[in-house]
Amino acid sequence: MGGLTWRVARVLDTHQENASARSLHLHVPGWPGHRPGQHVDVRLTDERGDQAARSYSIASTPQGEHLTLTVVRVQDGEVSPYLVDDARPGDQFEVLGPIGGYFVWDAPGNAPLLLVAGGSGLVPLMCMLRARFTRPHGVPAALLYSLRAPDDTLFAHELDDYARRDASFVLTRTYTRTAPPGWTGLTGRVGATTLATVTTRPAGTPEPTAFVCGPTGFVERVARTLVELGFTPDHVRTERFGPTGRTA
Amino acid sequence: MTDKPLVTRGFRGRLRDTDPARLPPGQYVTSDFPVLSAGPTPTSPLARWDFSVYDDDTLLTRWTWAEFLTLPAEDVTTDIHCVTHWSKYDTRWRGVRLDTLFDLAGRRAPFVLATCDGGYTTNLTLEDVLGAKAWVVYQYDGHPIEPEHGGPARLLVPHLYFWKSAKWVRALKLIQQDHPGFWEQRGYHNHADPWKEERYWED
Repeated sequence: MGGLTWRVARVLDTHQENASARSLHLHVPGWPGHRPGQHVDVRLTDERGDQAARSYSIASTPQGEHLTLTVVRVQDGEVSPYLVDDARPGDQFEVLGPIGGYFVWDAPGNAPLLLVAGGSGLVPLMCMLRARFTRPHGVPAALLYSLRAPDDTLFAHELDDYARRDASFVLTRTYTRTAPPGWTGLTGRVGATTLATVTTRPAGTPEPTAFVCGPTGFVERVARTLVELGFTPDHVRTERFGPTGRTA
Repeated sequence: MTDKPLVTRGFRGRLRDTDPARLPPGQYVTSDFPVLSAGPTPTSPLARWDFSVYDDDTLLTRWTWAEFLTLPAEDVTTDIHCVTHWSKYDTRWRGVRLDTLFDLAGRRAPFVLATCDGGYTTNLTLEDVLGAKAWVVYQYDGHPIEPEHGGPARLLVPHLYFWKSAKWVRALKLIQQDHPGFWEQRGYHNHADPWKEERYWED
């Protein structure tokens, strides 16, 4: 990562992903490129000079000076409501990045990829998956995607399309509160049983690199369980968001 | 590169009622206590926990958990500032000053490398940790520190961004030459002063 500087991002277009999430396609002159899993700081300034900055994961694979952020609205948030509800093509704000040198996947070697997403924690993992599907013979990959309800789903068609096209990609969803009508797949929170099914591998195959992203409680539980299932801790990379209560 | 702040159409910030002498630039105040870690939370049973001070690779002193609790401790109430832009006011901790630990070890060196369960490291200058500016803490808000917040013991260096306050700290190594730690090797600033917004590598 070279020197970082605030750059102007212009909104080219937006895409509503669901009721609370939107993707913003940005043009950032001078953008130096990024690695899947990295994030940016977004800084907004109003006409009074009042500023607010937050971090958002990059959803798009490196494409020159173009960048897509997928943002989920945080109740009572200051920055995300603007990005999800108000920003429109032509609007400009500042971005700083790319940031992060550990929760990244771009030199895959032979290790399979295990992605475990809780809610909007899918976004940086989606960037890795998209990068993986730009290669003709990607390493085996599995995504376990935990979401509360069908209304929360992100990138549904794209994920299903990947799963249809490529037998070496295994897509598993689990709904923790409300499943779609007729759903015969998994329900409930991700635990040892679920993780064991997606981490079982033939003897002699390399240990996957696991990337886990979601709310704190989710990431704590998944990362701990993966270690209990035999993962070496430095094969489990985590990114967490959201608060943790003392009783959580 | 922007010379002056760019006004974003349609954005209306929440006028800060915060004291600019208390909230560093680019931060917002939260009452939550977010968790950020690079990997799984390590578990270190207290029976096997100890804390060491090294002069380079030479062990100077080592305390068991029970011994560590007998060291002179103090209560600290302080604001903390995370590089991900949140700040939390008036957090309450209890622990041992690094001044005390180095006095008991009988040694000083210009730089300190903290090493932790899980392999995490962070680097600090001696100047940044002496003079009641840094502690090894083992209580938060009157209770043992929860594992995801760095328990059983973590570093507390509140005048720097909070990644310098390494979780699950097990040893301090006194070194003659600075050695960048985990995040400091991965794009984050070597010093991390929130008042200067030393967040990331610079040109």
